[in-house]
Amino acid sequence: MNRTIYIIFLFIFLLLLQVLILNNVLFLGYINPYLYIVFVFLYPLKTNRFPFLSLAFLLGLCVDAFSNSGGVHAFSILFIAYIRLFFVKTIFKKNESDYLLFNLRLQTFGEVFNYTVILTFFHHFLLFSLINFSFYNFSTVLINTLFSSVFTLVLYFLASFIFKKKLI
Amino acid sequence: MQQLIYFFQRYKNFLFFLFLEIIAVALIINNHSFHRSKFISSTNYITGSLYQKSSEFSEYLNLKSRNKELSEENTILKNKLDLLYVIIDTVKTTINTSNSNQRFLYINGKITKNSYSNANNFITINRGSKNGVTPEMAVINSKGLLGITDNVTSNFARVQSILNSKSSINAGFKNNTHYGTLKWNGKDYNTVQLTDIPRQAIFKIGDTIITNGKSAIFPRGIPVGTVIEIPKKLSASNTISIELFNDMSNLGHIYIITNLNKEEIKRVENKNE
Repeated sequence: MNRTIYIIFLFIFLLLLQVLILNNVLFLGYINPYLYIVFVFLYPLKTNRFPFLSLAFLLGLCVDAFSNSGGVHAFSILFIAYIRLFFVKTIFKKNESDYLLFNLRLQTFGEVFNYTVILTFFHHFLLFSLINFSFYNFSTVLINTLFSSVFTLVLYFLASFIFKKKLI
Repeated sequence: MQQLIYFFQRYKNFLFFLFLEIIAVALIINNHSFHRSKFISSTNYITGSLYQKSSEFSEYLNLKSRNKELSEENTILKNKLDLLYVIIDTVKTTINTSNSNQRFLYINGKITKNSYSNANNFITINRGSKNGVTPEMAVINSKGLLGITDNVTSNFARVQSILNSKSSINAGFKNNTHYGTLKWNGKDYNTVQLTDIPRQAIFKIGDTIITNGKSAIFPRGIPVGTVIEIPKKLSASNTISIELFNDMSNLGHIYIITNLNKEEIKRVENKNE
């Protein structure tokens, strides 16, 4: 029960944070953090993946509705939500019996860093190529991906250091 | 049959993932081709009212500059009015107000959400079909052109901004009647491009660009911007860069323009077909 409330809170908090604050950052005119993907990092691992995939899709769809972008956020967040398990298995060397006790805060920093960096880059690359929706301006897609990913990751690590002791 | 059930059992996650991705792709394509994606947009009830609340809150931060803009506009209008009084006085004509030929009707409004950094930008405004807004109406502010309404619900409307790769608006020079199509290449939100200008048009850096009233949407004479870059060698159709009068990242009050003769113009134009 406690877990459900935590997830609902996380969903609404990340959505409002993204839509009302972070979408207006636009550092240097185009660098924007997309911190709502933290939902994928923080959602507890479970063997039944349907609720997780649906919630991730819904979160992306809500962000889309607020930023008039069709389904680009939904597509990219769902993609990293699906491939998350593969990276959990390869980077953290966990199998199904460890899912219940798995917590990102208990892992070593190096592994968490690799995990979040890979997923963030995947998400941002997909997002910007879909926003662009053509093969023109491919260099801008790459530059956007690089800078925005760095921005998102810096924000994520700062936040996770600040809230390290308070949450969980 | 057993094989089939086994297959679904084994790949149910993947199939579910694929199903949702197809929905997302359909939404993306829908958004790109029709501009009429009704519910996944910032004009539906929930998103619209949330943006309304947030803009009501952030409005206070810009009150000073908004007031200045409005008072500047008032001054310009007062001066124009005074000029008209002089004309009426000297020529001694009476204007029959009951039988006026008003061609455009202005509705005021405010921006609840603005975007200017994507390839396709939209603005959400707090006027909808309740206030008489329909799709394909011009939206301007005191400094110049902003865009055209494209998606209207009862309380809100979405405006396809000039900073949208799909918008193309007729505009021309202030001092002659040559005109071209206003487009945006997606790079800088303060510059747009005027394309298809014929070789014989005379222009130089610093010329003013206005809307030319050739379409049924915009009246003539709405300011757009000034020419900042012209091609070195002229060809049959030229493209020039224009710096907008508006700072697209800082917008507040707007006017929506209804062309009262739109139906008539359309009827006339379609007669020949």
